[in-house]
Amino acid sequence: MEKETCTFSYCAEPEIIEVETDILLIGGGMAACGAAFEACYWATPKGIKVTMVDKAATDRSGAVAMGLSAINTYMGENDPADYVRYVRGDLMGIIREDLVYDLGRHVDDSVHLFEEWGLPIWKTLEDGKKVDGAEGLKVGKRLKDGGKPVRSGRWQIMINGESYKVIVAEAAKKALEYNRQATGVEQNHFERVFIVKLVPDKNNPNRVAAAVGFSVREHKAYVFKAKCMLIAGGGCVNVFRPRSIGEGMGRTWFAVWNSGSTYAMPAQLGAKMVLMENRFVPARFKDGYGPVGAWFLFFKAKATNALGEDYCAKHHEALKQQYGKYAEVLGTALRNDAMMREMKAGFGPIWMRTDLAFEEAKKHMDAKELKHLEAEAWEDFLDMTIAQAGLWAANNIRPEEKPSELMPSEPYLLGSHAGCAGLWCSGPEDICKKHGLDEYFWGYNRMTTVDGLFTAGDGCGASGHKFSSGSHAEGRIAGKEMVRYVLDHMDYKPEIEKPAKEYVAEIFLPFEIYEKYKNYTTDPQVNPHYIRPRLLQMRLMKIMDEYVAGTSYWYMTSKTMLEEGLRQLELLKEDAVRMAAADHHELMRCWENYHRILTGEAHARHILFREETRYPGYYYRGDFPNIDDENWKCFTVSRINPETGQWEFEKVPYKQIIPD
Amino acid sequence: MPSYVINEKCDGCKGQERTACMYICPNDLMKLDRDRMKAYNQEPEQCWECYNCVKICPQQAVEVRGYQDFCPMGANVIPLRGTDAIMWTIKFRDGSLKRFKFPIRTTPEGSIEPYAGRPEPDYNKLKGPGFFTHESELPTP
Repeated sequence: MEKETCTFSYCAEPEIIEVETDILLIGGGMAACGAAFEACYWATPKGIKVTMVDKAATDRSGAVAMGLSAINTYMGENDPADYVRYVRGDLMGIIREDLVYDLGRHVDDSVHLFEEWGLPIWKTLEDGKKVDGAEGLKVGKRLKDGGKPVRSGRWQIMINGESYKVIVAEAAKKALEYNRQATGVEQNHFERVFIVKLVPDKNNPNRVAAAVGFSVREHKAYVFKAKCMLIAGGGCVNVFRPRSIGEGMGRTWFAVWNSGSTYAMPAQLGAKMVLMENRFVPARFKDGYGPVGAWFLFFKAKATNALGEDYCAKHHEALKQQYGKYAEVLGTALRNDAMMREMKAGFGPIWMRTDLAFEEAKKHMDAKELKHLEAEAWEDFLDMTIAQAGLWAANNIRPEEKPSELMPSEPYLLGSHAGCAGLWCSGPEDICKKHGLDEYFWGYNRMTTVDGLFTAGDGCGASGHKFSSGSHAEGRIAGKEMVRYVLDHMDYKPEIEKPAKEYVAEIFLPFEIYEKYKNYTTDPQVNPHYIRPRLLQMRLMKIMDEYVAGTSYWYMTSKTMLEEGLRQLELLKEDAVRMAAADHHELMRCWENYHRILTGEAHARHILFREETRYPGYYYRGDFPNIDDENWKCFTVSRINPETGQWEFEKVPYKQIIPD
Repeated sequence: MPSYVINEKCDGCKGQERTACMYICPNDLMKLDRDRMKAYNQEPEQCWECYNCVKICPQQAVEVRGYQDFCPMGANVIPLRGTDAIMWTIKFRDGSLKRFKFPIRTTPEGSIEPYAGRPEPDYNKLKGPGFFTHESELPTP
């Protein structure tokens, strides 16, 4: 097919707004808000400008938009070294221990700030009584002053988190406003502006100079030039065909608007990625994807097969035989594996026995306490997955009476939760130097392999289990380092090769194509000249599901399947330059889905490169069904060579710094 | 569960540039039909059911109904969000009701002073571990 270009012959040329700043934060979630808070403190007295650009409204953007019922990473009395052991165990032995330890030693400070800012955190009083976050503040102490949280697990604490993101955003917005006033710029917080492309410096192709995007509401394009940038736009959702494909397609477990932009844009610039074969397949309440953590850890519920058997106990010996030491303690992936053995054998549904948990609670609780327990159970959903509460009500499910079904979901790519896909980043200097981790250190903590490009949260790979608090803390680590970077590069002025209009024309191509061809057919939905982003996404999800170990293949793939999937992805990428958009909202969908394709491709190529099954329960290589430590206990690092467009892979040694 | 807007209650936020639901939706789904001055969800299959449009609507015109590819009809979940607490009313398919109230914030909205009482930056501490709020040195393994 003939190549299409945008010369604004058919669609109107947008106003181009050029913004010059020092530190650009791309994203507005927990990591970017953390970065704003820490960076503005250090930057402002030096006159360094900080700017945030968010695809949505920062009060409710990112994966915490709905709220959360727990903070999943809080050290408290624990040693960060034990946190490293826990994360390493859950992620099958391969993590960047320098990054994970660094996160563990920093994270509590963010949690203490959240409490100071107004986040209600449950407390355990001296007599052992547990109270909610508002009551806890009246009768107990703050965590910082020795107050005891309510632990739902070793690392998790319970909160009343409906307004978690609003609170964190308020601090970030105030920090940005302080910076704006001191530096005298007109605007340094842009909402509803979607960055879709990073541009290298004219004189150094491995340095980031600009970020280009557009308003999803007005006919405006934006070019931000900065000395350094943070890319923190979340993980990747709906790259695989989800289990619900009607309206329920939106009811994903992770935030549905996370479209892989954090991985795709740096990858296009030549940034190295790590462990992109890793994925997360959460086993959650079926269809609503309500959280299970509190049910297991706090309410002490058990999950069983339909016969009432504990499937983890049932298969533990078999798992140990197949996966050896990795199955001594069953991590998240292997618990999925055990669950699926039951489902395949016809022993489903898998039930969360909420009814039995309540029965047990009745033995030592009075009526008032039971009523409180019931409210806590509902709050667990209402604070973070309201749909699950609605689904219970629609099915007349009362958890004290009936169990609820569990199900492993479609795969998600992320680096902040129980997964570790992401960009390959430099670690902290003190730890890297002390332990001789030369391969993990190149100057600035959390900087990618592209000069001046930092990341945090879902972006920073090989260090999962950060969750909300860890993402905020990691954003702060990066924010502080970015100020140091700017002070070290005060004379650097970012320059881009082509006039801004050329980059903008590339971004608005789907508008041009739509306007050019829309009247060729009587219905603009069906037209041989273009593909609408919705159907492009459908095609991507189908390829990923069928060839790259999705749900309909029980997460199974192989070399031959991956190669065919990659052939189809290549054609999809070719067709992606013929996407059409009728309005700005659809233009956003075009670029989100383009980012999804690149992220999906990275995932497929990484699975192909790693010739073993490192994450049984998340995906399986039918041709290499076992864990192969001898050849594959290492980081898989990839890069798109920007000159050739070819993917390059290398193995980087895993180095243990925290003893077993 | 996609959000929907009740015709009778929506006033299009009285002709302002954008409605409250448009302002807040994390996925850019809510749209104002300027001819009718009514908001609507332009892409229900992309709705995460985060309820932010429901919580923010000054007219309580936005509600949510279950995704029809798996959710039986007849139930609903309605929040009423105040400044320090949120009230939830859950109606079951069988008509029974449950009500809950949970705290959401312990400080007044807008009261955060991010740097109040903090000293001027000590740039000797810019390099190395630790945030500006840390009072003691962090451990190195």
